Amino acid sequence: MKKREPISTGAEWTFEMIAEYDHEIGRIAQEFGLDTYPNQIEVITSEQMMDAYASIGMPLNYNHWSFGKQFVETHQNYKRGRMGLAYEIVINSDPCIAYLMEENTMTMQALVIAHACYGHNSFFKGNYLFKTWTDASAIIDYLLFAKNYITHCEERHGVDAVEELLDSCHALMSYGVNRYVRPQPLTADEEKERQQAREEYIQRHLNDLWNTIPKKEEGAAPSIERFPRDPEENILYFIEKNAPLLEPWQREIVRIVRKVAQYFYPQKQTQVMNEGWACFWHYTLLHQLHEEGLVTDGFMVEFLHSHTSVVYQPPFDSPYFNGINPYTLGYNMMQDIKRICVDPTEEDREWFPDIAGSDWIKTLDHAMRNYKDESFILQYLSPRLIRELKLFTIMDNAEKPTLEVTSIHNESGYRQVREDLSAQYNLGNREPNIQVYNVNVRGDRSLTLRHFMHNQQPLGDSSGEVLRHIHRLWGFDVHLESVLPDGTVTKSYHCPEIITEGETDSLL
Amino acid sequence: MSYIIDRRLNSKKKSTVNRQRFLRRYKKHIKDAVEDAVNNRSITDIDKGGNVTIPRRDISEPIFHHGEGGMRTKVFPGNKEFVVGDQFQRPPGGGGGGAGEGKASNQGEGEDEFTFQINQEEFLDFMFDGLELPYLVKKQLKNATQYETRRAGFTNAGSPEKIHIVRSLKAAHARRIALTGKDRKKIRELSKEIELLKQQLPNPETSLQINKLNEEIELLKQRLKRIPFLDDFDIKYNNLVKIPVPSSKAVMFCIMDVSGSMTQSIKDMAKRFFILLYLFLKRNYKQIEVVFVRHHTHAKEVDEQEFFYSRETGGTIVSSALDLSSDIIEKRYSPADWNIYIAQASDGDNWDGDSSKCSKVLHEKILNKVQYFAYVEITTGPHQNLWQEYEKLQSVWAECFAMQQIREPADIFPVFRSLFEKKSEGAA
Repeated sequence: MKKREPISTGAEWTFEMIAEYDHEIGRIAQEFGLDTYPNQIEVITSEQMMDAYASIGMPLNYNHWSFGKQFVETHQNYKRGRMGLAYEIVINSDPCIAYLMEENTMTMQALVIAHACYGHNSFFKGNYLFKTWTDASAIIDYLLFAKNYITHCEERHGVDAVEELLDSCHALMSYGVNRYVRPQPLTADEEKERQQAREEYIQRHLNDLWNTIPKKEEGAAPSIERFPRDPEENILYFIEKNAPLLEPWQREIVRIVRKVAQYFYPQKQTQVMNEGWACFWHYTLLHQLHEEGLVTDGFMVEFLHSHTSVVYQPPFDSPYFNGINPYTLGYNMMQDIKRICVDPTEEDREWFPDIAGSDWIKTLDHAMRNYKDESFILQYLSPRLIRELKLFTIMDNAEKPTLEVTSIHNESGYRQVREDLSAQYNLGNREPNIQVYNVNVRGDRSLTLRHFMHNQQPLGDSSGEVLRHIHRLWGFDVHLESVLPDGTVTKSYHCPEIITEGETDSLL
Repeated sequence: MSYIIDRRLNSKKKSTVNRQRFLRRYKKHIKDAVEDAVNNRSITDIDKGGNVTIPRRDISEPIFHHGEGGMRTKVFPGNKEFVVGDQFQRPPGGGGGGAGEGKASNQGEGEDEFTFQINQEEFLDFMFDGLELPYLVKKQLKNATQYETRRAGFTNAGSPEKIHIVRSLKAAHARRIALTGKDRKKIRELSKEIELLKQQLPNPETSLQINKLNEEIELLKQRLKRIPFLDDFDIKYNNLVKIPVPSSKAVMFCIMDVSGSMTQSIKDMAKRFFILLYLFLKRNYKQIEVVFVRHHTHAKEVDEQEFFYSRETGGTIVSSALDLSSDIIEKRYSPADWNIYIAQASDGDNWDGDSSKCSKVLHEKILNKVQYFAYVEITTGPHQNLWQEYEKLQSVWAECFAMQQIREPADIFPVFRSLFEKKSEGAA
């Protein structure tokens, strides 16, 4: 290919250069078959970046003190030089909004454009989780609706009442998602239209459930059936639909928090893949630019410097170690898949007979579209990469005095390490599995939640406080039981607390 | 297709509301921190912004998470010498199993305190939150001598430079429409008639009629022309009225005893008190003057440096200072123009026969002119005769006279607050 003049040579950027880089990177991305939403690239200042940090990365959000806390903290740390800000933030919306920091050099802007505007963007558009759980074209409208609605509520019912409610909802945010049932995508227009109807309907529906008019009594042996019949994993949903004392506007706010949680749910589940995909593509795209002579060697050196620091994995005994770096794992896995396709070894053919030697673009595209972190690792983590990263598993059993190494990067350990690592990214294992188990419909209206224990791990110490939040939403007594798989209750929490200590002890 | 947008000029303060919510929620913590700062800071930077520290557990947002215990497996990178079956001690702090999110704050330091800064304005807001200048409103308008011109609609008379052009032309337009309506209607009707006539076959009779009608139209048009485009009574003027405004000037008298019994530490406390008062007044008035009066047996007006730092000894005659203040008020600060505040600090020691004279001067010459007179006695001992004398005054001049005792630096701010706490309206 004919070498062309580099687009830029210095560190300073201009809007024209950004446009030109974007054009070239976009062209190459298309050649590689990346399917993206249109891009909206916004250049912002560091202060605006901190604003964006504080509203969980969204361009607008409702007001809450916790965002203020986040902002104050970021601001403080940044000012003292304790942390740098991200080079970019990218939002899963259509058009896909990417924020570029003013302070970045030209190289960094190009890196960010390749990473966010083509890497993350295509992931948002292609991955099945994002497709099912989020509607990229509606999120901004929905957030605007939410912000206005909550402001309206604050005017009508007071800032304090709304703040309390949001506090409680935020405590349960991770339990506002349906993990198994596929949700309706949310759209702002419909939301607005249906909101009124929903308010009325719910209120009427509830009255049925909590009807106090006695039914014919004889023969009606108190049924032992529970309500809900099957445990409900989406606690916020259950509260929105069934909490006896909430006002319609409160239900709507519970719903808003739930919808926002749902929007972010896929991001939690695809961190490794998403970052890996974006890193892989910025690497590939910028190398292609270099190949074509569009960037200088100096550009590449600067780019590689920041690339390597992003995908660096400190070993477990390093003071910088802070868990497995999702960028490293994801990027290396993506590169590894490409390697298996392009240049498979005997081992690869044995482990990955279906992809070894296949077209790498198609294989990667398939992987990006159809997996989440957990299944992606289980499917694609190769023995070679396990060796390279020197992965090993430690078993920590609280009943034993010592930790034990259960598997390492050797022939007999590959599968186990891979399974362990995959399980580590299973949200179901990371967050306690707590579900609505029963409501005492005929009695004191108390709500019972069950914590189905995973590997006998107990709940953390803030559980009591979360329970108080649930109590605020539910309005009547709330109980929480930790249960072992065989059904024995190991520990129970109550709000308001039950004073007869003897009883709870006997449960243990 | 990409859009590139420069957002750098957009507003930066998107998080302001959230930040205020946060401050509002932790008001109590911040107030404590501010009070602490006021009591401990050096005097010159008492009004700077400051650090506020809140225990992290107070601002945590609880969520369900796994606690320690049970069985967990965790994969680590970078194995060096481990083989399967190796066993080793749990590292301290339960880190090995990795409770995960537990202690992790993103800066990698397990801090248990959350520290942030508030700026000077916020600092002062919190410092003086809930305080007010007593009986400000009541006195404000009584002797008002300052006026402010404000807009008050429009009038039909005024000087040419106040003409409101748009209004005037609007009025003229309306008048023209109103006065010409009938004629214009007539013209329209006549022209319609002409049109009708013209459609008929031309004959002498119709042309005669057309001519007649045309003449009539001409006549009407001339009448229309005679209506002036702009008439005298169309012209509207901006109306400005004078409104009395409360005086925005204040003078603060600092009166301090510098007799031998006042040690440096007592003076320091007095100074802190004066500074607080000064900062507080500065928030309420545009212009503030400060008069320093110090006294032992004689009173003297001095500059700040001398007031706080020069040393003198001698007996104590408080009334000398009050006399001097009263003179200064008479000469320079007419109560009609100035809001007068007096803060007196003393260790309570006074020459025996003088205290009754003091209360007399206050009663007759001073208290009826001032907004507020605050007396602080800085002493650890029992009250002296001045205090007892002043106590009598308090019942008479309850609205503008207050006295408090300061024993140690930590008292200053609470005492200051109690002097200026918002009071109910009843007393007026």
